[in-house]
Amino acid sequence: MSNKKKKKLTPVQQEYQSFSRAREPKRPVLLNCLKAFLVGGLICAIGQGVSEFFLWNFDFTEKTVGNPTVAIMILFSVILTSAGVYDHIAQWAGAGTAVPVTGFANSMASAAIEHRSEGFVLGVGGKMFKLAGSVIVFGVFSAFIVALVKTLLAELGGA
Amino acid sequence: MQQGHQTWLFKNKPVIISTAAVGGPHEAEGPLADDFDLLHGDLWVGQDSFEKAETRMLEEACEIAIRKAGLQKQDIQFFLSGDLLNQIISSSFAARTLAVPFLGLYGACSSSMESLALGSLIVDSRGGNHVICGTVSHNAAVEKQYRYPTEYGAQKPPTAQWTVTGAGVALLSAEGAGPRVTSATIGRILDMGISDPYNMGSAMAPAAVDTITAHIRDLQISLDEYDLIATGDLGRVGHAIAGDLLKKHGIGFTAGKFTDCGILIYSADQPGVLAGGSGCGCSATVAFGHIMNRIKRGELKKVLIVATGALLSPLSYQQHESIPCIAHAVSIEHIH
Repeated sequence: MSNKKKKKLTPVQQEYQSFSRAREPKRPVLLNCLKAFLVGGLICAIGQGVSEFFLWNFDFTEKTVGNPTVAIMILFSVILTSAGVYDHIAQWAGAGTAVPVTGFANSMASAAIEHRSEGFVLGVGGKMFKLAGSVIVFGVFSAFIVALVKTLLAELGGA
Repeated sequence: MQQGHQTWLFKNKPVIISTAAVGGPHEAEGPLADDFDLLHGDLWVGQDSFEKAETRMLEEACEIAIRKAGLQKQDIQFFLSGDLLNQIISSSFAARTLAVPFLGLYGACSSSMESLALGSLIVDSRGGNHVICGTVSHNAAVEKQYRYPTEYGAQKPPTAQWTVTGAGVALLSAEGAGPRVTSATIGRILDMGISDPYNMGSAMAPAAVDTITAHIRDLQISLDEYDLIATGDLGRVGHAIAGDLLKKHGIGFTAGKFTDCGILIYSADQPGVLAGGSGCGCSATVAFGHIMNRIKRGELKKVLIVATGALLSPLSYQQHESIPCIAHAVSIEHIH
Protein backbone atom coordinates (compact mmCIF):
# COMPACT_ATOMS: atom_id res chain seq x y z
CA MET A 1 0.00 0.00 0.00
CA SER A 2 1.24 3.45 -0.83
CA ASN A 3 2.27 5.84 1.92
CA LYS A 4 -0.26 8.40 0.77
CA LYS A 5 -3.11 5.97 1.36
CA LYS A 6 -1.67 4.85 4.68
CA LYS A 7 -1.71 8.39 6.03
CA LYS A 8 -5.49 8.46 6.00
CA LEU A 9 -5.71 5.46 8.32
CA THR A 10 -5.99 5.93 12.05
CA PRO A 11 -3.21 4.51 14.25
CA VAL A 12 -5.54 1.67 15.34
CA GLN A 13 -6.25 0.77 11.71
CA GLN A 14 -2.56 0.87 10.86
CA GLU A 15 -1.71 -1.33 13.82
CA TYR A 16 -4.39 -3.84 12.87
CA GLN A 17 -3.34 -3.91 9.24
CA SER A 18 0.24 -4.79 10.09
CA PHE A 19 -1.10 -7.34 12.61
CA SER A 20 -3.32 -8.99 9.98
CA ARG A 21 -0.79 -8.73 7.16
CA ALA A 22 1.66 -10.81 9.19
CA ARG A 23 -0.97 -13.56 9.27
CA GLU A 24 -2.15 -13.48 5.66
CA PRO A 25 -0.74 -15.88 3.07
CA LYS A 26 1.08 -13.91 0.39
CA ARG A 27 0.54 -14.32 -3.31
CA PRO A 28 3.36 -16.60 -4.52
CA VAL A 29 4.63 -13.95 -6.95
CA LEU A 30 7.71 -15.78 -8.26
CA LEU A 31 5.86 -19.03 -8.81
CA ASN A 32 2.99 -17.11 -10.45
CA CYS A 33 5.47 -15.41 -12.78
CA LEU A 34 6.95 -18.76 -13.77
CA LYS A 35 3.51 -20.26 -14.40
CA ALA A 36 2.46 -17.18 -16.40
CA PHE A 37 5.67 -17.41 -18.43
CA LEU A 38 5.11 -21.07 -19.24
CA VAL A 39 1.38 -20.87 -20.01
CA GLY A 40 1.66 -17.56 -21.87
CA GLY A 41 4.50 -19.02 -23.91
CA LEU A 42 2.53 -22.20 -24.57
CA ILE A 43 -0.46 -20.22 -25.86
CA CYS A 44 1.85 -18.24 -28.16
CA ALA A 45 3.46 -21.49 -29.34
CA ILE A 46 0.00 -22.87 -30.17
CA GLY A 47 -0.72 -19.64 -32.06
CA GLN A 48 2.53 -20.06 -33.96
CA GLY A 49 1.57 -23.65 -34.79
CA VAL A 50 -1.82 -22.49 -36.11
CA SER A 51 -0.23 -19.83 -38.31
CA GLU A 52 2.32 -22.34 -39.64
CA PHE A 53 -0.59 -24.64 -40.47
CA PHE A 54 -2.25 -21.91 -42.51
CA LEU A 55 1.03 -20.93 -44.19
CA TRP A 56 1.75 -24.51 -45.26
CA ASN A 57 -1.74 -25.55 -46.31
CA PHE A 58 -3.32 -22.41 -47.70
CA ASP A 59 -2.43 -19.45 -49.81
CA PHE A 60 -1.39 -17.04 -47.03
CA THR A 61 1.65 -14.83 -46.66
CA GLU A 62 3.33 -13.98 -43.34
CA LYS A 63 1.46 -10.69 -43.39
CA THR A 64 -2.02 -12.08 -44.07
CA VAL A 65 -1.80 -15.21 -41.89
CA GLY A 66 -2.48 -13.15 -38.75
CA ASN A 67 -6.21 -12.89 -39.39
CA PRO A 68 -7.13 -16.60 -39.60
CA THR A 69 -4.74 -17.37 -36.73
CA VAL A 70 -6.38 -14.84 -34.45
CA ALA A 71 -9.82 -16.14 -35.43
CA ILE A 72 -8.80 -19.68 -34.48
CA MET A 73 -7.29 -18.54 -31.15
CA ILE A 74 -10.50 -16.64 -30.35
CA LEU A 75 -12.49 -19.76 -31.18
CA PHE A 76 -10.31 -21.87 -28.85
CA SER A 77 -10.73 -19.37 -26.03
CA VAL A 78 -14.50 -19.05 -26.47
CA ILE A 79 -14.94 -22.83 -26.57
CA LEU A 80 -12.88 -23.25 -23.39
CA THR A 81 -14.80 -20.40 -21.71
CA SER A 82 -18.17 -21.88 -22.68
CA ALA A 83 -17.09 -25.29 -21.40
CA GLY A 84 -16.26 -23.66 -18.06
CA VAL A 85 -12.58 -24.59 -18.29
CA TYR A 86 -10.87 -21.28 -19.03
CA ASP A 87 -11.37 -19.80 -15.55
CA HIS A 88 -9.85 -22.92 -13.96
CA ILE A 89 -6.82 -22.71 -16.23
CA ALA A 90 -6.54 -18.99 -15.42
CA GLN A 91 -6.63 -19.60 -11.65
CA TRP A 92 -3.50 -21.73 -12.14
CA ALA A 93 -1.86 -19.73 -14.92
CA GLY A 94 -2.61 -16.17 -13.75
CA ALA A 95 -1.34 -13.57 -16.17
CA GLY A 96 -0.36 -16.31 -18.63
CA THR A 97 -3.95 -16.66 -19.87
CA ALA A 98 -4.45 -12.91 -20.00
CA VAL A 99 -2.31 -12.68 -23.15
CA PRO A 100 -4.20 -10.44 -25.57
CA VAL A 101 -6.21 -12.59 -27.95
CA THR A 102 -7.40 -15.46 -25.73
CA GLY A 103 -7.77 -13.30 -22.60
CA PHE A 104 -9.73 -10.68 -24.49
CA ALA A 105 -12.03 -13.28 -26.04
CA ASN A 106 -12.54 -14.83 -22.60
CA SER A 107 -13.50 -11.48 -21.04
CA MET A 108 -16.14 -10.93 -23.72
CA ALA A 109 -17.48 -14.48 -23.85
CA SER A 110 -17.70 -14.77 -20.05
CA ALA A 111 -19.60 -11.48 -19.77
CA ALA A 112 -21.94 -12.51 -22.58
CA ILE A 113 -22.67 -15.88 -20.94
CA GLU A 114 -23.11 -14.25 -17.53
CA HIS A 115 -25.68 -11.72 -18.69
CA ARG A 116 -27.61 -13.99 -21.06
CA SER A 117 -30.42 -14.11 -18.46
CA GLU A 118 -31.07 -10.39 -18.99
CA GLY A 119 -31.86 -10.93 -22.67
CA PHE A 120 -29.95 -10.37 -25.91
CA VAL A 121 -30.17 -6.58 -26.09
CA LEU A 122 -29.67 -5.35 -22.52
CA GLY A 123 -27.88 -8.49 -21.35
CA VAL A 124 -25.57 -9.96 -23.96
CA GLY A 125 -25.28 -6.85 -26.13
CA GLY A 126 -25.10 -4.29 -23.37
CA LYS A 127 -22.86 -6.15 -20.93
CA MET A 128 -20.54 -7.98 -23.33
CA PHE A 129 -17.96 -5.17 -23.21
CA LYS A 130 -18.22 -4.79 -19.43
CA LEU A 131 -14.58 -5.82 -19.02
CA ALA A 132 -13.28 -5.50 -22.58
CA GLY A 133 -14.74 -2.03 -23.06
CA SER A 134 -12.02 -0.22 -21.16
CA VAL A 135 -9.34 -2.06 -23.16
CA ILE A 136 -10.88 -0.78 -26.37
CA VAL A 137 -11.38 2.77 -25.06
CA PHE A 138 -7.84 3.17 -23.81
CA GLY A 139 -6.36 1.15 -26.67
CA VAL A 140 -7.98 3.40 -29.28
CA PHE A 141 -7.18 6.54 -27.31
CA SER A 142 -3.49 5.71 -26.83
CA ALA A 143 -3.23 4.67 -30.51
CA PHE A 144 -4.63 8.07 -31.44
CA ILE A 145 -2.10 9.88 -29.23
CA VAL A 146 0.81 7.84 -30.60
CA ALA A 147 -0.35 8.48 -34.19
CA LEU A 148 -0.67 12.19 -33.40
CA VAL A 149 2.84 12.36 -31.98
CA LYS A 150 4.25 10.41 -34.92
CA THR A 151 2.51 12.65 -37.44
CA LEU A 152 3.70 15.80 -35.71
CA LEU A 153 7.27 14.56 -35.53
CA ALA A 154 7.16 13.58 -39.21
CA GLU A 155 5.79 16.98 -40.16
CA LEU A 156 8.39 18.87 -38.13
CA GLY A 157 11.31 16.64 -38.97
CA GLY A 158 10.41 16.03 -42.60
CA ALA A 159 10.01 19.70 -43.46
CA MET B 1 -34.57 -7.95 28.01
CA GLN B 2 -31.52 -5.81 27.53
CA GLN B 3 -28.43 -6.89 29.40
CA GLY B 4 -25.35 -4.71 29.39
CA HIS B 5 -24.77 -2.52 26.35
CA GLN B 6 -25.81 -4.57 23.36
CA THR B 7 -27.10 -7.96 24.45
CA TRP B 8 -30.61 -9.36 24.65
CA LEU B 9 -31.35 -12.03 27.24
CA PHE B 10 -34.41 -14.01 26.19
CA LYS B 11 -36.44 -14.81 29.29
CA ASN B 12 -38.82 -17.20 27.55
CA LYS B 13 -36.02 -18.87 25.61
CA PRO B 14 -37.57 -19.24 22.13
CA VAL B 15 -37.40 -22.79 20.78
CA ILE B 16 -35.92 -23.69 17.42
CA ILE B 17 -38.55 -26.30 16.58
CA SER B 18 -37.08 -27.10 13.19
CA THR B 19 -34.33 -26.08 10.81
CA ALA B 20 -33.51 -26.75 7.18
CA ALA B 21 -30.36 -26.51 5.06
CA VAL B 22 -30.30 -26.66 1.27
CA GLY B 23 -27.02 -26.81 -0.63
CA GLY B 24 -25.52 -26.90 -4.11
CA PRO B 25 -23.04 -29.18 -5.91
CA HIS B 26 -19.91 -27.78 -4.27
CA GLU B 27 -21.42 -28.22 -0.81
CA ALA B 28 -22.42 -31.79 -1.69
CA GLU B 29 -18.74 -32.59 -2.15
CA GLY B 30 -17.79 -31.02 1.18
CA PRO B 31 -17.40 -32.77 4.53
CA LEU B 32 -20.81 -31.56 5.80
CA ALA B 33 -22.86 -33.03 2.93
CA ASP B 34 -24.79 -35.34 5.31
CA ASP B 35 -26.03 -32.36 7.34
CA PHE B 36 -28.02 -30.88 4.45
CA ASP B 37 -31.72 -31.67 4.07
CA LEU B 38 -31.54 -31.20 0.32
CA LEU B 39 -28.58 -31.03 -2.05
CA HIS B 40 -28.71 -29.93 -5.66
CA GLY B 41 -26.34 -31.48 -8.18
CA ASP B 42 -27.14 -28.69 -10.61
CA LEU B 43 -26.22 -25.06 -9.95
CA TRP B 44 -29.33 -23.95 -11.86
CA VAL B 45 -31.71 -25.76 -9.46
CA GLY B 46 -34.00 -26.32 -12.44
CA GLN B 47 -34.45 -22.56 -13.00
CA ASP B 48 -33.46 -20.41 -15.96
CA SER B 49 -31.32 -17.93 -14.02
CA PHE B 50 -29.00 -18.14 -11.01
CA GLU B 51 -31.05 -15.46 -9.27
CA LYS B 52 -34.18 -17.58 -9.59
CA ALA B 53 -32.18 -20.58 -8.37
CA GLU B 54 -31.26 -18.62 -5.24
CA THR B 55 -34.90 -17.73 -4.57
CA ARG B 56 -35.94 -21.34 -5.15
CA MET B 57 -33.43 -22.65 -2.62
CA LEU B 58 -34.74 -20.30 0.07
CA GLU B 59 -38.31 -21.37 -0.72
CA GLU B 60 -37.29 -25.01 -0.46
CA ALA B 61 -35.56 -24.45 2.88
CA CYS B 62 -38.68 -22.74 4.26
CA GLU B 63 -40.95 -25.51 2.96
CA ILE B 64 -38.74 -28.21 4.51
CA ALA B 65 -38.56 -26.44 7.89
CA ILE B 66 -42.35 -25.94 7.98
CA ARG B 67 -42.94 -29.58 7.00
CA LYS B 68 -40.46 -30.88 9.58
CA ALA B 69 -42.29 -28.94 12.29
CA GLY B 70 -45.59 -30.46 11.17
CA LEU B 71 -47.03 -27.04 10.39
CA GLN B 72 -48.65 -25.30 7.43
CA LYS B 73 -47.65 -22.00 5.81
CA GLN B 74 -50.62 -20.26 7.42
CA ASP B 75 -49.33 -21.19 10.88
CA ILE B 76 -46.31 -18.91 10.36
CA GLN B 77 -46.71 -15.34 11.58
CA PHE B 78 -43.51 -13.73 10.35
CA PHE B 79 -40.70 -14.40 7.93
CA LEU B 80 -37.37 -12.62 8.47
CA SER B 81 -34.77 -12.93 5.78
CA GLY B 82 -31.90 -11.28 3.95
CA ASP B 83 -29.49 -12.10 1.14
CA LEU B 84 -26.69 -10.60 -0.91
CA LEU B 85 -28.42 -9.69 -4.16
CA ASN B 86 -29.40 -6.10 -4.97
CA GLN B 87 -32.55 -5.04 -3.13
CA ILE B 88 -32.56 -8.46 -1.39
CA ILE B 89 -34.71 -9.91 -4.19
CA SER B 90 -34.23 -13.55 -3.24
CA SER B 91 -35.74 -12.94 0.18
CA SER B 92 -38.60 -10.79 -1.12
CA PHE B 93 -39.41 -13.22 -3.93
CA ALA B 94 -39.34 -16.19 -1.57
CA ALA B 95 -41.63 -14.23 0.75
CA ARG B 96 -43.98 -13.67 -2.20
CA THR B 97 -44.27 -17.43 -2.65
CA LEU B 98 -44.50 -18.07 1.07
CA ALA B 99 -47.23 -15.42 1.45
CA VAL B 100 -46.29 -14.80 5.08
CA PRO B 101 -45.86 -11.33 6.66
CA PHE B 102 -42.28 -10.43 5.84
CA LEU B 103 -39.45 -8.31 7.18
CA GLY B 104 -36.50 -7.96 4.82
CA LEU B 105 -33.08 -7.57 6.40
CA TYR B 106 -29.65 -6.75 5.13
CA GLY B 107 -26.61 -7.68 7.14
CA ALA B 108 -24.65 -9.30 4.30
CA CYS B 109 -23.31 -12.63 5.59
CA SER B 110 -24.37 -11.78 9.14
CA SER B 111 -28.03 -11.97 8.05
CA SER B 112 -28.38 -15.51 9.43
CA MET B 113 -27.84 -14.44 13.03
CA GLU B 114 -29.40 -11.00 12.51
CA SER B 115 -32.65 -12.72 11.50
CA LEU B 116 -32.37 -15.31 14.29
CA ALA B 117 -31.76 -12.60 16.93
CA LEU B 118 -34.68 -10.47 15.74
CA GLY B 119 -36.93 -13.52 15.33
CA SER B 120 -36.11 -14.59 18.88
CA LEU B 121 -36.95 -11.10 20.12
CA ILE B 122 -40.35 -11.29 18.40
CA VAL B 123 -41.12 -14.73 19.82
CA ASP B 124 -39.73 -13.87 23.26
CA SER B 125 -41.93 -10.78 23.52
CA ARG B 126 -44.95 -12.80 22.33
CA GLY B 127 -45.06 -10.80 19.13
CA GLY B 128 -45.65 -14.00 17.20
CA ASN B 129 -45.79 -17.71 17.86
CA HIS B 130 -44.08 -19.10 14.78
CA VAL B 131 -41.34 -17.11 13.09
CA ILE B 132 -39.09 -18.27 10.25
CA CYS B 133 -35.60 -16.79 10.07
CA GLY B 134 -33.18 -17.51 7.30
CA THR B 135 -30.93 -16.48 4.50
CA VAL B 136 -29.57 -17.68 1.18
CA SER B 137 -26.65 -17.17 -1.19
CA HIS B 138 -25.78 -18.60 -4.60
CA ASN B 139 -22.19 -18.73 -5.77
CA ALA B 140 -22.79 -17.70 -9.37
CA ALA B 141 -25.43 -15.05 -8.61
CA VAL B 142 -23.30 -13.42 -5.92
CA GLU B 143 -20.05 -13.57 -7.89
CA LYS B 144 -21.87 -11.99 -10.82
CA GLN B 145 -22.94 -9.08 -8.69
CA TYR B 146 -19.83 -8.51 -6.59
CA ARG B 147 -16.97 -9.66 -8.78
CA TYR B 148 -16.16 -10.71 -12.33
CA PRO B 149 -18.28 -12.98 -14.53
CA THR B 150 -18.00 -16.56 -13.26
CA GLU B 151 -16.24 -17.82 -16.39
CA TYR B 152 -13.80 -14.89 -16.52
CA GLY B 153 -10.19 -15.95 -16.10
CA ALA B 154 -8.98 -13.83 -13.21
CA GLN B 155 -6.60 -15.32 -10.68
CA LYS B 156 -7.80 -15.12 -7.09
CA PRO B 157 -5.30 -14.64 -4.26
CA PRO B 158 -4.93 -17.23 -1.48
CA THR B 159 -6.97 -15.00 0.88
CA ALA B 160 -10.06 -15.16 -1.37
CA GLN B 161 -13.09 -17.23 -0.35
CA TRP B 162 -15.70 -19.29 -2.15
CA THR B 163 -19.32 -18.09 -1.91
CA VAL B 164 -21.55 -20.86 -0.60
CA THR B 165 -24.54 -21.98 -2.65
CA GLY B 166 -27.07 -22.71 0.01
CA ALA B 167 -30.04 -21.66 2.09
CA GLY B 168 -30.48 -22.16 5.81
CA VAL B 169 -33.58 -21.39 7.85
CA ALA B 170 -34.73 -21.87 11.43
CA LEU B 171 -38.33 -22.02 12.61
CA LEU B 172 -38.79 -20.43 16.02
CA SER B 173 -41.67 -21.01 18.37
CA ALA B 174 -42.62 -19.98 21.88
CA GLU B 175 -43.03 -23.61 22.89
CA GLY B 176 -42.10 -27.04 21.66
CA ALA B 177 -39.09 -29.28 21.68
CA GLY B 178 -35.67 -28.33 20.42
CA PRO B 179 -32.63 -26.21 21.11
CA ARG B 180 -33.39 -22.82 22.63
CA VAL B 181 -32.11 -19.35 21.87
CA THR B 182 -30.99 -17.83 25.17
CA SER B 183 -29.24 -14.59 24.26
CA ALA B 184 -28.07 -12.48 21.35
CA THR B 185 -25.45 -9.76 21.03
CA ILE B 186 -25.93 -7.19 18.29
CA GLY B 187 -22.63 -6.06 16.84
CA ARG B 188 -21.45 -2.60 15.94
CA ILE B 189 -19.70 -1.77 12.70
CA LEU B 190 -15.94 -1.95 12.63
CA ASP B 191 -13.82 -0.72 9.76
CA MET B 192 -10.11 -1.37 9.89
CA GLY B 193 -9.49 0.33 6.58
CA ILE B 194 -9.13 -2.86 4.56
CA SER B 195 -10.50 -2.35 1.06
CA ASP B 196 -9.57 -5.58 -0.70
CA PRO B 197 -12.73 -7.63 -1.39
CA TYR B 198 -10.51 -10.69 -1.82
CA ASN B 199 -9.45 -10.38 1.80
CA MET B 200 -12.77 -10.45 3.66
CA GLY B 201 -11.49 -12.65 6.46
CA SER B 202 -9.00 -10.03 7.63
CA ALA B 203 -11.57 -7.27 7.23
CA MET B 204 -14.24 -9.08 9.29
CA ALA B 205 -12.11 -10.63 12.05
CA PRO B 206 -12.09 -7.50 14.28
CA ALA B 207 -15.90 -7.27 14.09
CA ALA B 208 -16.21 -10.88 15.25
CA VAL B 209 -13.80 -10.30 18.12
CA ASP B 210 -15.58 -7.07 19.12
CA THR B 211 -18.96 -8.83 19.29
CA ILE B 212 -17.55 -11.83 21.21
CA THR B 213 -15.90 -9.44 23.68
CA ALA B 214 -19.16 -7.51 24.08
CA HIS B 215 -21.10 -10.74 24.57
CA ILE B 216 -19.00 -12.02 27.45
CA ARG B 217 -18.75 -8.54 28.98
CA ASP B 218 -22.52 -7.94 28.87
CA LEU B 219 -23.38 -11.37 30.25
CA GLN B 220 -20.35 -11.52 32.55
CA ILE B 221 -19.43 -15.01 31.48
CA SER B 222 -16.30 -16.65 30.11
CA LEU B 223 -16.02 -18.33 26.73
CA ASP B 224 -15.51 -21.66 28.51
CA GLU B 225 -19.28 -21.76 29.05
CA TYR B 226 -19.62 -22.65 25.41
CA ASP B 227 -18.94 -26.07 23.92
CA LEU B 228 -18.48 -24.43 20.55
CA ILE B 229 -17.92 -20.89 19.32
CA ALA B 230 -18.35 -20.69 15.56
CA THR B 231 -17.61 -17.55 13.62
CA GLY B 232 -19.58 -17.01 10.41
CA ASP B 233 -17.36 -16.94 7.37
CA LEU B 234 -13.92 -15.69 8.32
CA GLY B 235 -12.24 -18.57 6.53
CA ARG B 236 -8.82 -19.92 7.42
CA VAL B 237 -7.11 -16.51 7.20
CA GLY B 238 -9.64 -14.45 9.13
CA HIS B 239 -10.29 -17.12 11.73
CA ALA B 240 -6.60 -17.40 12.64
CA ILE B 241 -6.45 -13.61 12.95
CA ALA B 242 -9.57 -13.58 15.15
CA GLY B 243 -8.04 -16.23 17.41
CA ASP B 244 -4.84 -14.22 17.78
CA LEU B 245 -6.84 -11.04 18.42
CA LEU B 246 -8.78 -12.74 21.22
CA LYS B 247 -5.51 -13.89 22.78
CA LYS B 248 -4.10 -10.38 22.40
CA HIS B 249 -7.11 -9.04 24.31
CA GLY B 250 -6.56 -11.62 27.03
CA ILE B 251 -9.71 -13.61 26.28
CA GLY B 252 -9.12 -17.28 26.93
CA PHE B 253 -10.73 -20.06 24.92
CA THR B 254 -10.08 -23.73 24.31
CA ALA B 255 -8.47 -24.16 20.93
CA GLY B 256 -10.67 -27.02 19.72
CA LYS B 257 -13.88 -25.19 20.64
CA PHE B 258 -13.28 -22.15 18.47
CA THR B 259 -14.12 -22.79 14.85
CA ASP B 260 -15.48 -21.16 11.71
CA CYS B 261 -18.36 -22.10 9.42
CA GLY B 262 -16.29 -21.09 6.37
CA ILE B 263 -13.62 -23.62 7.33
CA LEU B 264 -16.06 -26.41 8.25
CA ILE B 265 -18.18 -26.38 5.09
CA TYR B 266 -15.46 -27.31 2.57
CA SER B 267 -12.38 -29.46 2.68
CA ALA B 268 -9.19 -27.51 1.99
CA ASP B 269 -8.41 -29.41 -1.20
CA GLN B 270 -11.72 -28.63 -2.95
CA PRO B 271 -11.04 -26.62 -6.12
CA GLY B 272 -11.54 -22.87 -5.87
CA VAL B 273 -12.15 -22.83 -2.12
CA LEU B 274 -8.82 -21.12 -1.21
CA ALA B 275 -9.26 -19.59 2.28
CA GLY B 276 -12.71 -21.12 2.88
CA GLY B 277 -16.42 -20.54 2.35
CA SER B 278 -18.29 -17.24 2.59
CA GLY B 279 -21.67 -15.75 1.78
CA CYS B 280 -24.99 -15.63 3.59
CA GLY B 281 -25.54 -19.34 3.09
CA CYS B 282 -22.28 -20.22 4.79
CA SER B 283 -23.12 -19.55 8.43
CA ALA B 284 -26.82 -20.30 7.78
CA THR B 285 -26.34 -23.83 6.40
CA VAL B 286 -23.57 -24.75 8.85
CA ALA B 287 -25.41 -23.38 11.90
CA PHE B 288 -28.90 -24.59 10.95
CA GLY B 289 -27.62 -27.87 9.48
CA HIS B 290 -24.41 -29.24 10.92
CA ILE B 291 -24.28 -27.48 14.30
CA MET B 292 -28.01 -27.93 14.99
CA ASN B 293 -27.65 -31.66 14.26
CA ARG B 294 -24.75 -31.90 16.69
CA ILE B 295 -26.82 -30.16 19.39
CA LYS B 296 -29.72 -32.56 18.77
CA ARG B 297 -27.37 -35.55 19.00
CA GLY B 298 -26.27 -34.26 22.38
CA GLU B 299 -22.67 -33.62 21.31
CA LEU B 300 -22.97 -29.94 22.11
CA LYS B 301 -24.88 -28.32 24.97
CA LYS B 302 -24.30 -24.62 24.41
CA VAL B 303 -22.99 -22.90 21.31
CA LEU B 304 -22.33 -19.35 20.23
CA ILE B 305 -22.70 -18.55 16.55
CA VAL B 306 -21.00 -15.30 15.53
CA ALA B 307 -22.11 -14.54 11.97
CA THR B 308 -19.88 -11.97 10.32
CA GLY B 309 -20.83 -9.63 7.47
CA ALA B 310 -18.86 -7.39 5.14
CA LEU B 311 -21.10 -4.45 4.33
CA LEU B 312 -19.52 -3.35 1.08
CA SER B 313 -21.10 -2.92 -2.32
CA PRO B 314 -19.46 -3.27 -5.75
CA LEU B 315 -19.95 0.50 -6.11
CA SER B 316 -18.33 1.40 -2.79
CA TYR B 317 -15.38 -0.84 -3.68
CA GLN B 318 -14.93 0.86 -7.06
CA GLN B 319 -15.03 4.21 -5.31
CA HIS B 320 -12.11 3.01 -3.14
CA GLU B 321 -14.09 2.89 0.10
CA SER B 322 -12.90 0.53 2.81
CA ILE B 323 -15.07 -2.36 4.01
CA PRO B 324 -17.30 -1.78 7.07
CA CYS B 325 -17.85 -5.08 8.90
CA ILE B 326 -20.32 -6.37 11.44
CA ALA B 327 -20.93 -9.48 13.51
CA HIS B 328 -23.96 -10.68 15.45
CA ALA B 329 -23.72 -13.42 18.06
CA VAL B 330 -26.54 -15.74 19.09
CA SER B 331 -26.32 -18.24 21.90
CA ILE B 332 -28.15 -21.54 21.39
CA GLU B 333 -28.57 -24.02 24.23
CA HIS B 334 -29.87 -27.51 24.58
CA ILE B 335 -32.09 -27.41 27.67
CA HIS B 336 -33.82 -30.56 28.86
